[in-house]
Amino acid sequence: MAEVQIMTGNQAAALGAKLSHVQVVAAYPITPQTSVTEMLSQLIEGGELKAEYIRVESEHSALAVCISASTVGARVFTSTSSQGLLYMHEQIHWAAGARLPIVMCCINRGVGAPWTIFNDQQDSIAQRDTGWIQIYCRDNQEIIDSIIQAYRIAESVYVPVMICYDGFVMSHTMMPVEIPDAAAVSDFIPPYKPHTILSPEAPMNINPVLFPWRRANTEGVLCDGYMEMRYKLQKALDESREVIASTSRQFAGAFGRDHGGMLWQYKTDDAEIILAGMGSVASEATMAADMLRSEGIKAGVVGIRVFRPFPKEDVRAAFRTAKAICVFEKGISYGYEGALCSEIKAALYGTDIRLPIHNYICGLGGRDVKARELAEAVRSSRDAIAAGDTEPVPKWLNCFTE
Amino acid sequence: MPENLFKVNIEEYMLPGQRACQGCGLSLAYRYVLKALRENTIVTFPACCLTVLHGLYPTTSVTIPALNCTLASTAASASGLVAGLNAVNRTDITVVAIAGDGGTFDMGIQALSGAAERGTDFIYVCYDNEGYMNTGTQRSSATPMGALTSTTPVLTKQQPKKDMLRIMEAHDLPYLATTSPAYPIDLYDKFVKAKRIKGARYMQIAVPCPPGWGYAPKDTVRIGRLAVETGIVALFEIEDGKFRFTGRTKTLAEKGNKLPVINYVERQGRFRKMSIEQLRQLQRWVDTRWNEYLKRAEG
Repeated sequence: MAEVQIMTGNQAAALGAKLSHVQVVAAYPITPQTSVTEMLSQLIEGGELKAEYIRVESEHSALAVCISASTVGARVFTSTSSQGLLYMHEQIHWAAGARLPIVMCCINRGVGAPWTIFNDQQDSIAQRDTGWIQIYCRDNQEIIDSIIQAYRIAESVYVPVMICYDGFVMSHTMMPVEIPDAAAVSDFIPPYKPHTILSPEAPMNINPVLFPWRRANTEGVLCDGYMEMRYKLQKALDESREVIASTSRQFAGAFGRDHGGMLWQYKTDDAEIILAGMGSVASEATMAADMLRSEGIKAGVVGIRVFRPFPKEDVRAAFRTAKAICVFEKGISYGYEGALCSEIKAALYGTDIRLPIHNYICGLGGRDVKARELAEAVRSSRDAIAAGDTEPVPKWLNCFTE
Repeated sequence: MPENLFKVNIEEYMLPGQRACQGCGLSLAYRYVLKALRENTIVTFPACCLTVLHGLYPTTSVTIPALNCTLASTAASASGLVAGLNAVNRTDITVVAIAGDGGTFDMGIQALSGAAERGTDFIYVCYDNEGYMNTGTQRSSATPMGALTSTTPVLTKQQPKKDMLRIMEAHDLPYLATTSPAYPIDLYDKFVKAKRIKGARYMQIAVPCPPGWGYAPKDTVRIGRLAVETGIVALFEIEDGKFRFTGRTKTLAEKGNKLPVINYVERQGRFRKMSIEQLRQLQRWVDTRWNEYLKRAEG
């Protein structure tokens, strides 16, 4: 029987890794991720989880350990935040290029300079183009469930998965979490079958140098060049959409919870104005939508759960009947606008869905984002749209910009 | 010493067609390293001359399984191999990390120190060609004083070489050794021994580099021998803290007849702008270390 416990997001993440029977864990502590590493150490040293724990000297090495351990056939897990994720950046590309089904939690935190230990999503947004699947969670239940789903997804498409959740807002906030039944999880995730195992029985040179052109092997068969391999990574991410959606449905069948596959919707059926976001800001937006509805404004919410691969078709369907969109983001592509806003606009290009899209940058470096502030932003957007302002610059919510 | 040659494993793990430069000191050393380590070995290495030696996808000239990793992560990659192999119950495999002096003395030192301190059960091999040779002879912290490189093209390198052995010895490792491909039996014996020992083992190979050092490819063994004859390179091993000279260096130490460094320096184009003062400093640097070694060998 599944059991409900009150726990933090970080505890949920560590339990998710344990339930997924990870065999090698390597991590370096950083606020707000630290307690994930502590709890996994406790589980492993206490004998509750049979796994190798490598207490590396840096995040760069943490992912290096995961990459090599995965290459010899072990299921691996790591977690980090902010500067740690940025320090891994080279390895993040490497893991995806090597097509290793690594699962990593990114406990979202702003990045320096100047220092902040508090939440925003600039860290993981900056990894957008690395070839990882990115899933953004809205509560602690979704963290534990998504980690389990992530192993099944990663190991079927051979693409690493980053489970992102907001620092402190989730990592350190206690919420009731139903712990999935261990035996049911084992059934849900088949044993890891690597695409290639490095071993003395079948010697090979893995991830060697490639020249721009294709090259023949000793039998004279032309093999992939660098560009063909990159195309295959892109294809794997494209095809992972269906795997992510079906995994979400099958998880719902097995455990009774559906977190929405690529995205989730709240009161969007008749919504005229839709609030969009990822992670905690999207769940906050559901309260804002209720406030607006109590005033007679038909508001709804679309929470983008998977940012990569980007759910283009789902986005088109979700916004088809809306009159306007307000995108709230805890990050920005400096010199332009929020990355999610750009993606939503791009997804709607070439369709007949033409509507004003307003972008709000909010919650950077842990600045509070309250439901009433989101609601107020929506009201001001409605007024601006009524006044003909259809293409405004991003507005900085709850920020002194004078 | 034909009986010494006969004991070397006749199996070849480096096949014809490897892509290193003509006269490469690394390729000579690597052949004997692999003969000593034999099957049931996995090597991991960063972007370096060894990457080139192993060849272009989808072919390779080396029959030992190999995993390429990023430049700063060689020792961490080995840690991951050890952990992953333990996790899948493969404890019969020797994990070997190999990097040049750039990937060891410089960018790889953090991961190496971490893996060494954790007592990771692996052999770390640094092939020291005294510069960033794969990118075309730039200065590294292993480049000797007075050497021209493409990033010290006018004034030569002003600082002495970093003493990586001392840094690694400070990690209390069970086994450290220096080797040279000019003395392949000494090299072979040390790798055979290293394979039998558990824990983090550090091996440094002084590999001459014809294009980087400015000498003819046919002279690799001669230059390698002169490095030892002059004491620029000392062959020794440190087992559980006990220092011991080996091979030619042991003889030189016993007879006290090491050559002046000029004999080594004058044969290499990289030292052509070396000043007399730098030559004196290099000689002093060698003599100081040599005397320290002598004391340790006695003690």
